[in-house]
Amino acid sequence: MNSTRGKDQQKHLLGKERMLEIADKVIKESPGDLTEVLITGGPSRLTRFTENYIHQNVAEVNHSISVRVIFDKKIGTASTNSLDDDSLKEVVQAAAEIARLQRPNEEFEGIPDPEPYKEVPAFSDRTYNFSAMERANAVKEIIEQAKERGYKAAGAFSTGGRELCVANSRGVRAYHASTSASLSTVVSSDTSSGYAESRAIDVDEISAADLGRTAAEKCAMGENPGVIEPGEYEVILEPLAVADMLMYLAAMGFSAQAVREGRSFLVGKLGQKIFSDLFTMWDDGLDERGFPMPFDLEGVPKQKVVMVERGVAKELVYDFKNARKEGRKSTGHGTFGGWGPMPSNVFMAGGEHSLEDMIKNTRRGILVTRFHYTNLAHPMKMLITGMTRDGTFLIEDGEIVKPIKNLRFTESALRVFGTMDMLSKDMVRAGRSVVPAIRVPAFAFTGVTEF
Amino acid sequence: MKEFTDIALEKARTLGATYADIRIVTRKQESVRTKNGNVDSMGSSVSRGFGVRVLCDGAWGFASSSLLESGEINSITEEAVSIAKASASVKRDKDVQLAPVEPVVDKWESQFRIDPFEVKAEDKISLLLEADSLMRKNQQVRIASGNIWCMKEDKIFASTEGSYIEQVKTETGGGIEATATDGREMQRRSYPNSAGGDCASSGYELILGMNLLDHAERIGSEAVELLSAKQCPAMETTLILDSSQLTLQIHESCGHPIELDRVFGQEASYAGTSFLTPEKQGTFRYGSEKVNIVADATIPGGLGSFGYDDEGVPGQRINVVEEGIFKNYLSSRETAFELGQSSTGAMRADGWNRIPIIRMTNINLEPGDWTLDEMIEDTDEGIYMETNKSWSIDDRRLNFQFGTEVAYEIKDGSLGAMLKNPNYTGITYEFWGSCDAVGNEDEWRLWGLNNCGKGEPGQVAHVGHGAAPARFRNVKVGVGEWK
Repeated sequence: MNSTRGKDQQKHLLGKERMLEIADKVIKESPGDLTEVLITGGPSRLTRFTENYIHQNVAEVNHSISVRVIFDKKIGTASTNSLDDDSLKEVVQAAAEIARLQRPNEEFEGIPDPEPYKEVPAFSDRTYNFSAMERANAVKEIIEQAKERGYKAAGAFSTGGRELCVANSRGVRAYHASTSASLSTVVSSDTSSGYAESRAIDVDEISAADLGRTAAEKCAMGENPGVIEPGEYEVILEPLAVADMLMYLAAMGFSAQAVREGRSFLVGKLGQKIFSDLFTMWDDGLDERGFPMPFDLEGVPKQKVVMVERGVAKELVYDFKNARKEGRKSTGHGTFGGWGPMPSNVFMAGGEHSLEDMIKNTRRGILVTRFHYTNLAHPMKMLITGMTRDGTFLIEDGEIVKPIKNLRFTESALRVFGTMDMLSKDMVRAGRSVVPAIRVPAFAFTGVTEF
Repeated sequence: MKEFTDIALEKARTLGATYADIRIVTRKQESVRTKNGNVDSMGSSVSRGFGVRVLCDGAWGFASSSLLESGEINSITEEAVSIAKASASVKRDKDVQLAPVEPVVDKWESQFRIDPFEVKAEDKISLLLEADSLMRKNQQVRIASGNIWCMKEDKIFASTEGSYIEQVKTETGGGIEATATDGREMQRRSYPNSAGGDCASSGYELILGMNLLDHAERIGSEAVELLSAKQCPAMETTLILDSSQLTLQIHESCGHPIELDRVFGQEASYAGTSFLTPEKQGTFRYGSEKVNIVADATIPGGLGSFGYDDEGVPGQRINVVEEGIFKNYLSSRETAFELGQSSTGAMRADGWNRIPIIRMTNINLEPGDWTLDEMIEDTDEGIYMETNKSWSIDDRRLNFQFGTEVAYEIKDGSLGAMLKNPNYTGITYEFWGSCDAVGNEDEWRLWGLNNCGKGEPGQVAHVGHGAAPARFRNVKVGVGEWK
């Protein structure tokens, strides 16, 4: 992996110098009392496959610029994806014109001053230059694993680079370049499916063959599923399922704005122990085990925020506005245009166990590979509904006894993270977070489907 | 622009493509959002670029760029061809083939009365802030918000088969929302619909027709009333859905499973497949005889209406479900060919930088002959639910669960107490099979939905759904532990 230096020569990237030059030009052009600029873009490429062949294969090159012009407390925003001089002038004028037509926003608290940020390595030349043929070859490896067992593989392999520049008229100048690669696959038989995915900054960390094997093995384990009655069961959630629930908890609960507006379950509960002793969750934009990002979209350096420590709800994430309202400093979780703070690099501490230990300690329970189409039914109760997918198994007396048809759950994330009693030692990247597998003594399955 | 489209098509032919198309798209958007007495954000955006799609060696490739100039068009077309060749290295045992379509040279434009881009910003702001203030008349409303947006999309489509189609579509949308909290409970009401309101291929007349000020105080009061309302009981009962909730029911349990790309597994790794497999076409009982569903891209004002799809296939009206029997899919040229059929014209891309995939048009439940009042009067015991709040469905579109903002008991033919946190669950064909009454034309309304997600990389489609209220028997409601 390389550092953020030396990206200026990459085709389709503007590079730090050019991006800052554009930002300076826009800020100089702006008639506003204050001006904020966000420039982002880069190439992205994605290969999709199904039924053991590639059916979609795409590439995109794009950059866009958003400008916020502020007169006193009157704010106008405009954006464009044309970066020539005329378009830059037009976008500034458009934002200024909107600001002039505006009414003052009494909630406006100003824009951040510059602060030094720590550069974090997040760019891989290998990922950036990974070709369509290399993606196709990786897809072939997965398909071979599926074909060996008479199964069919579907999935997606994306690679790309992104650069981000945040600047403002108070002197903020921040630039970060990153790459990401993501390969996921569903391997299916007539009666079952298995899933595996891997995400990395460096594409060489992803083994297509391993993913294909994992998904195919899970598919084999799942053939000819039986049906069980919905109800309360012990449950073991693998990391993808944990990450799904955890992101609702972090995003809906731990935003300072959500608490201030009375729409978080944490209202009146900060500092209290409301979760299991085993639950520790934090946000760290600089931890290289995740997808590091040194500053937020307001240009404020990212701080590590311990949201939950041994079950106690501790800290919230802040953007500039919400921090000012409470006389605090932003934690670097701002979004562009004042949409409110958001946790973005969430980690959950692991425990002492293996997945096998959890299965051995389960009398009658269900092992869940991942969830599908989850949705928050009630934010204060953190009640979430969704389906299981791609590998759901019945455990009896410490052993997986049979695959089962997918189930619907309607369960509170507060109860899940409040009562979980075993955590895996391993923490893995799942989605955009890093989490362990967990065991929960009682989990509400409320329906069943036909497959 | 023809000089640009010619460059791409000629280059693709030279490089060996057996088919190619190019779309040049410019999208202009404006939006105003208010919150608690302030304009939370007001902005505009422009996005322009082109995408080239090629069939080469029997497989697809696509590349796109925001830089619309001849050198870039040449190089992006080269990239699309090289990507197609990579696709061809892992292809099926047969080449991609396309159902035929007549080449078309045409122009199409959606209609509107009041250009939303010409309406003064102050008019939009003052309307939303007045509604905001009415919603917050009750002090337990902690968050009042509103939005108005408009979009204009100019699109040129040209193909190596000789089509050259210019389309301009103008859309407008908006709505208001009140959230009440008491520290323990949080409840929301929105108007005219949730998820940002309603939208259409229309001008500012849509916003004026909403009469936001006539409803703002009501939804504020209802949000507060919900805080202390009775919890929706857990039981199996008769359920009447209002037309806005029905739109999401249609969307998830009919609109998505009739997408033929899903049926063929093209979304298998992401949003899933479909239970409506090809052998069911023409014979499968999807719903009761009361259930008639059409896909109609030709309705004036429909958010899912258009002249031609992104393969140059004319917008159509097709029967999806006839008296309960599943009849037709939404299809593309490629997927229709697989079934020996013609494309039903449903391929749409989310802008210049995405490939067209099969998307809903306006998927509508055809009106029956009941009024809502008659339906309620005819119900001894049941629940009436209104306005979607949450949604979830399995990856073959069978087991669903929806929550709505509000519900009311029905007892002895009358609406009774308000109920909070209502939800219901079922299996798609059982649920539609239990439909025994559909509202009439006067109760029927066409809604817009501008947040339909599908595909990798993600695409968001703007689609329409028409429905009147309808009644369903023996539905499981009140799912989950709500203490």
